[in-house]
Amino acid sequence: MKITNLIRLAIRALQRNKLRALLTMLGIIIGVAAVITMMSIGEGSKLSINESLSSMGSNMITITPYSNEPGGATMMGSNLKNLTIVDVEALEKDAPNIDKISPLASSSGQAINGASNWPTSIQGVSPEYLDIRKLEIKDGIPFSEEDVKSSAKVCLLGQTVVDNLFPNGEDPIGKIIRFNKIPMQVIGTLVPKGQSNFGQDQDDIILAPYTTVQKRLLSSIYFNSIYASAISESASIAAVEDVTNALRGTHRLRADQEDDFQVRTQEELMSTLNSISSMLTTLLTAVAGISLVIGGIGIMNIMYVSVTERTREIGLRMSIGARGIDILLQFLIEAIMISITGGVIGVALGVSASLIISSLLNWPASISDTSIIVSFFVCAVTGIFFGYYPALKASGLDPIEALRYE
Amino acid sequence: MSKKILEIHDVKREFTMGSETVRALKGVSFDVNAGEFVTIMGSSGSGKTTLLNILGCLDKPSNGIYMLDNVNIKELSRDALAKLRNTKIGFVFQAYNLLPRTSALENVELPLLYNPSISTKERRERAIASLEAVKLGDRLDHTPNQLSGGQQQRVAIARALVNEPVMILADEATGNLDTRTSYEIMSLMQELNQQGKTIVFVTHEPDIAAFSSRTVMLKDGKVQKDTQNMNSRSAREALISLPVSDDY
Ligand SMILES: Nc1ncnc2c1ncn2[C@@H]1O[C@H](COP(=O)(O)OP(=O)(O)O)[C@@H](O)[C@H]1O
Ligand SMILES: [Mg+2]
Repeated sequence: MKITNLIRLAIRALQRNKLRALLTMLGIIIGVAAVITMMSIGEGSKLSINESLSSMGSNMITITPYSNEPGGATMMGSNLKNLTIVDVEALEKDAPNIDKISPLASSSGQAINGASNWPTSIQGVSPEYLDIRKLEIKDGIPFSEEDVKSSAKVCLLGQTVVDNLFPNGEDPIGKIIRFNKIPMQVIGTLVPKGQSNFGQDQDDIILAPYTTVQKRLLSSIYFNSIYASAISESASIAAVEDVTNALRGTHRLRADQEDDFQVRTQEELMSTLNSISSMLTTLLTAVAGISLVIGGIGIMNIMYVSVTERTREIGLRMSIGARGIDILLQFLIEAIMISITGGVIGVALGVSASLIISSLLNWPASISDTSIIVSFFVCAVTGIFFGYYPALKASGLDPIEALRYE
Repeated sequence: MSKKILEIHDVKREFTMGSETVRALKGVSFDVNAGEFVTIMGSSGSGKTTLLNILGCLDKPSNGIYMLDNVNIKELSRDALAKLRNTKIGFVFQAYNLLPRTSALENVELPLLYNPSISTKERRERAIASLEAVKLGDRLDHTPNQLSGGQQQRVAIARALVNEPVMILADEATGNLDTRTSYEIMSLMQELNQQGKTIVFVTHEPDIAAFSSRTVMLKDGKVQKDTQNMNSRSAREALISLPVSDDY
């Protein structure tokens, strides 16, 4: 039989049993829609992470205290304190690939303005911090090296802090606020950055000279971390080496001792996050793939039912001249039609779901052509694979027995 | 001397069911010439259907020779047999075997669909001509459940004719029909026979056999009698003489 006639025949058979065909397709529809949605969510999250990380400055380097003593617990961040102004000065002097540098000493507490108060944290930094983190002044002016030297009681407010301390929309510039009872003058506000990928409010900050935070709030000589920027993105690796050498010097580490600090580039962070999100994507896609297989088994099941139901028809067709291959193709094409129609519906559903999700989560929508082509291909293969055995069974029937079948 | 369409020589057919062997045909021999109208008679279980299936290339003899149109079918593959059925044989079944929910026209087109040398246009034209030949030219779009038993059998006959086969094989084709309709079908068969079609018609009713030109009697898988019917009845005349009230 000609292929066009076979296709017409398959369409007719499916139209006769619309509901059954649709139910059979359901597995494929869900599978394909899931594959496309999962892949687009994975891609979208990757894009959005990369976008926001590069907006933080792609040549940024972070230095934090770190201990990986054998037998001891891994410690990170605030528990361990070994970074001081000596390290910062050493980096300024001995790290040629470092451009800007800022220590960070942070303290959490209450910010108060008159009757308004707001629990937040204050970051003690150097003036270069703004450049390193790509922060911009909205109103007012940044603090200066002079302010650092004199531990001036001045600060810059993020938008969230402004909104909470000045709820009536007054101009915060020049006002005195209190942070943990220390009065500080607001000299500027920051351009809002919005939420980070991890749901953190990046505008809920107060910036002040690190000397002010260290002396007046923390009474400590230690920093939580040091931020720096490499002279260029390509110099990142060399800069990491510079930093490591300089800090091993200031910390007086012997050759056999491990680093007691960790130096991370933005790029590393990016690739870590990307590999996490790729892993998630792979996992989700595998789950979606399994539902495709289940869909295929559904097709196989219904095709077996269909072959049994139409045994007499098969016998008749054979008795008037259908060859085994004609019968095989008839049922195979029917199975492929089911899976491909399911695929088309699944693609439509998956694309709409991806668009809706990306608009809800504020992600860049990313529906790759490959995921659509691959799903289509997989559908056709599913149809062939799972339709083949029922079709083979049909084509191998004995015409006389098939005609006699009740 | 007219051409031999089929020759069977000492044809045997055995079915093995587990340890038991059923001998359905125990050595049947006869020839059929082109243009003959043969009925195969015999009681139930005498092997009529088994024989007809072999003649129709749906089945092969366990033993013996079957020559169709001078081709020994023993040597043919499954696909070659399918092609023979498609081009040389027209089957008519007791149960009509039409595709449900499919129009008369499409049912008749079916054999031509398996013949790749025929175009869509030719297929349609031949199917219509075939339906007109069985006087169903006004029922092209009717599906089987919209047709009476006699009409359905006529669609089946049209389907058997559409490939212009060398012979028509019918297995109890009137078995499900009342007398009047049976006679109508037989009248149609006689017409086709007069137009030159060879017909082998299986029946167990003697009055149906009376319309043919020759009767082969089967008994227990053997030919019991093979008689020429010199003065066969005309089915059309039989139809006229049938009392009208007979149709209930
Ligand atoms: N496929 C089969 N398997 C086993 N026995 C069969 C088969 N087909 C026919 N027979 C047996 O062969 C004999 C002849 O059957 P059949 O040709 O159908 O008789 P008829 O058509 O004359 O009534 C019967 O005894 C029947 O039981
Ligand atoms: Mg029979």
